[in-house]
Amino acid sequence: MSGDSRAKIRKIVTFVEETRVEMGKNIDPPTRKAAAVAVIENPFAGKYTEDLTELMLVGEELGELLTQRAVAALGIAGPSAESYGKAAAVGENGELEHAAAILHPKMGTPVRRVLGKGAALIPSSKKRGGLGVTLEIPLGHKDAAFVRSHFDGMEVRINDSPRANEIMVAIAVTDSGRPLARVGGLTKDQIKGEDGLR
Amino acid sequence: MPEVQVRKNVLVLEEILHEGGPIGRKPLQRVAVLAVIRNPYAGGYVEKIEAFMDDLKPLGLEMARKMIAALGGDPKVVEGYGKGAIVGSAGEIEHGALWHAPGGYGMREVLGGAKAIVASTKKVGGPGARLDVPITHINASYVRSHFDAMEVGITDAPRADEILLALVMTTGPRIHARSGGLKVSEIKGEDGLR
Repeated sequence: MSGDSRAKIRKIVTFVEETRVEMGKNIDPPTRKAAAVAVIENPFAGKYTEDLTELMLVGEELGELLTQRAVAALGIAGPSAESYGKAAAVGENGELEHAAAILHPKMGTPVRRVLGKGAALIPSSKKRGGLGVTLEIPLGHKDAAFVRSHFDGMEVRINDSPRANEIMVAIAVTDSGRPLARVGGLTKDQIKGEDGLR
Repeated sequence: MPEVQVRKNVLVLEEILHEGGPIGRKPLQRVAVLAVIRNPYAGGYVEKIEAFMDDLKPLGLEMARKMIAALGGDPKVVEGYGKGAIVGSAGEIEHGALWHAPGGYGMREVLGGAKAIVASTKKVGGPGARLDVPITHINASYVRSHFDAMEVGITDAPRADEILLALVMTTGPRIHARSGGLKVSEIKGEDGLR
């Protein structure tokens, strides 16, 4: 994989979280979230580089790979995914802009290709940190950002990442909203799916 | 007998391609399956708790099967294993010890005759507590290349009246193992140690 890919990947970690009971109530079917995280070498660690194109292309590549991994971990077809999010953590020798280059210019297209659709903005977060830093991946409905039952997040961490010259890149996908959503707002059966908002 | 009530399951699959050294032919995989259960003994001292080990056996088996599935379905790829537990604050460390037998049983069942003791650890901790689950070779504890560990934990678990149960498996030695000791090729396979 690493041989013919643009991203120099050291490891890939996949997380699946399944909630069966919340506050004593059975959740049936269980709510499920998956995140796939790649730990890659930061080609721009240690010095200022003006042109970040390389990382934008890495973002495009990882958008496809990590979305495929996350969907496979849930055992569902891409179009069955309900919400999504992305995040990156840059090791101490990098800058926040490196995370932005991966996440924003080119990552969304392959994510949406794998999921079939995805009219809504992919919510994101980024930070710089050391080994074991936690990434809070925000989650929102993939077709309508205002669906309130699907506002959520998923925390992931890898104890040996990111090293100083590395970047952690994460994509999260769910097949559901919060376990006991009941604070109103737009529901998923009301989605028009035209503008990505409602 | 207390019922085993699972609140959530978490699966973590690590695929390690390298750690600064040469990229080997096949990545090392480490998989962990965690289950958060209600602690039936939380809140007060209960003398007789042993029977709960039998209640936990089906869960141990279910977790081990999930791990094999995550590794592609063939139990033969598994070379290392370990287990652990984090007991929420209203429980005691002894409740974590209840996991020794059923956790080991589940993995041995799916692996078919693993000889070595399953390395383990446990502690009392709050939500988000991390556990470094030790890992050793499934047939010979002394195989040095397979001494490893996997850090696991769940942000919202264990709550005070819960126990977080963990099983881990690996598919090979540390990614750049080169610290000598007993090798896989030297395993006698008689006593589970060498």
